Amino acid sequence: MQKKPTTLLALDIVSLILLGVSTYLALIFAPTEAVMGEVQRVFYFHVATAWVGMLGFVAAGVSGIVYLRTGNLKWDRVEMAAVEISLVFFFITIVLGSIWARPVWNTWWTWDPRLTTAAITELIYIAYFMLRQGIEDPDRRARFGAVYTLIGAVSVPITFMAIRLFRTIHPVVIGSESAEAQGGFNMTGDMKVAFFFALFAFTVIFVDLFWNRIRMGALSEKVEQLKLKVMQ
Amino acid sequence: MTTSAPATKLQTAKPSFLRAIFAVVQKDLMAEYRSRELVSSMMVFAVLVIFIFNYALNLEPALRTKVTSGVLWVTFIFAGNIGLNRAMAVEKDRGCLDGLLLAPVDRAAIYFGKVISTLIFMLLVEIIMLPIYGLFYNINLFNPGLLLVILLGSIGYTAVGTLLSSMAVQTRTRDILLPIILFPVIIPIVLAAVDASGKFLTGAKMSEIQPSLTLLIALDVIFTSIAFMVFDYVVEE
Repeated sequence: MQKKPTTLLALDIVSLILLGVSTYLALIFAPTEAVMGEVQRVFYFHVATAWVGMLGFVAAGVSGIVYLRTGNLKWDRVEMAAVEISLVFFFITIVLGSIWARPVWNTWWTWDPRLTTAAITELIYIAYFMLRQGIEDPDRRARFGAVYTLIGAVSVPITFMAIRLFRTIHPVVIGSESAEAQGGFNMTGDMKVAFFFALFAFTVIFVDLFWNRIRMGALSEKVEQLKLKVMQ
Repeated sequence: MTTSAPATKLQTAKPSFLRAIFAVVQKDLMAEYRSRELVSSMMVFAVLVIFIFNYALNLEPALRTKVTSGVLWVTFIFAGNIGLNRAMAVEKDRGCLDGLLLAPVDRAAIYFGKVISTLIFMLLVEIIMLPIYGLFYNINLFNPGLLLVILLGSIGYTAVGTLLSSMAVQTRTRDILLPIILFPVIIPIVLAAVDASGKFLTGAKMSEIQPSLTLLIALDVIFTSIAFMVFDYVVEE
């Protein structure tokens, strides 16, 4: 068996440490927000996981295009890895957001642009896997997957803007805030430390998971080939 | 792409792009004229959806004015889904798609031909559904603005739908798959179309309708051009 590259192994360990430190910063180090209280601590991981979901989303779209241009199945594995990671992290984002929204907005869910767009992205990703499941030929599966991620990559931002034509209550902590937003706050210095560290930590975790998942895709393909060889 | 090199050599033997589109449309219309299965089933289905809505939402006069555009669009989208499924399944079942692909025409012509014929069927159903709905609920739906929105929305819907249904028919799960992969990506179209139709029906000012209309036109252009660019990859063998 192919041994795991040392860099990847080191990255695994670094990711774990970063996750631990980031948890400490978010739960203990950062000061408690005055109005919302402890539940605001969800925010650090909420934004960080959403960021990873975005990274995965962009990576999936780009590798879809590269696959269609080159026809190299390697890019199909990259695309699938990105979609899988993005699916999981957007889901965590939505769950964390709901936990926060229950006391602050007094509801688990509202039809706000960001919430809705995140949920639609999840639905598109689930559809993506259902589409892939129904196709046996690997080349066709990769082609259809790439076409579908491309359509999704165009549709999702438009959906976001389209819903934004209507009102939003989602707070914008970074950048300009809309007048209707509820639950916004200003970050103090220690909060900023925890926040940016969480972003950094999750970016590293994303790279680590991404690399592992691509490697796993390559290995499982090798297993398939070996199986075929044994059967012959 | 590998197919582009031999394709350019054959250019002289190829019939013109527009004539190829026209031929595909003509073939579909002819087949539909003789079998009459697609439009009739879409129509009956659409009437049934309206009946279900009537009882599900208990459409009283006060509520009706608010939800009319929503009910109409759900009806059109469900009926259109049947049409899209059927339009591509017919091609796949009897191996017609392979025959079409063998024809020495640009594959984009086949795509546009299918889009136009599906669009014609969908518009036909919609045009008949409007007076039926109007009759049931005593509303006049022949509003030029509404007709424009229906046309624009249907163009975007069939543009993406044709591409995705030609993907769906090549999978194992087929007709079950189409709504699953189609509905999440057409949400912006639904959003803009419902908004614009509702505003036209309640007689809102043009400045209020403008954003949704602009969005619809932009979506039509974006979705049509993407589908046009990637259709080759979908039908490639």
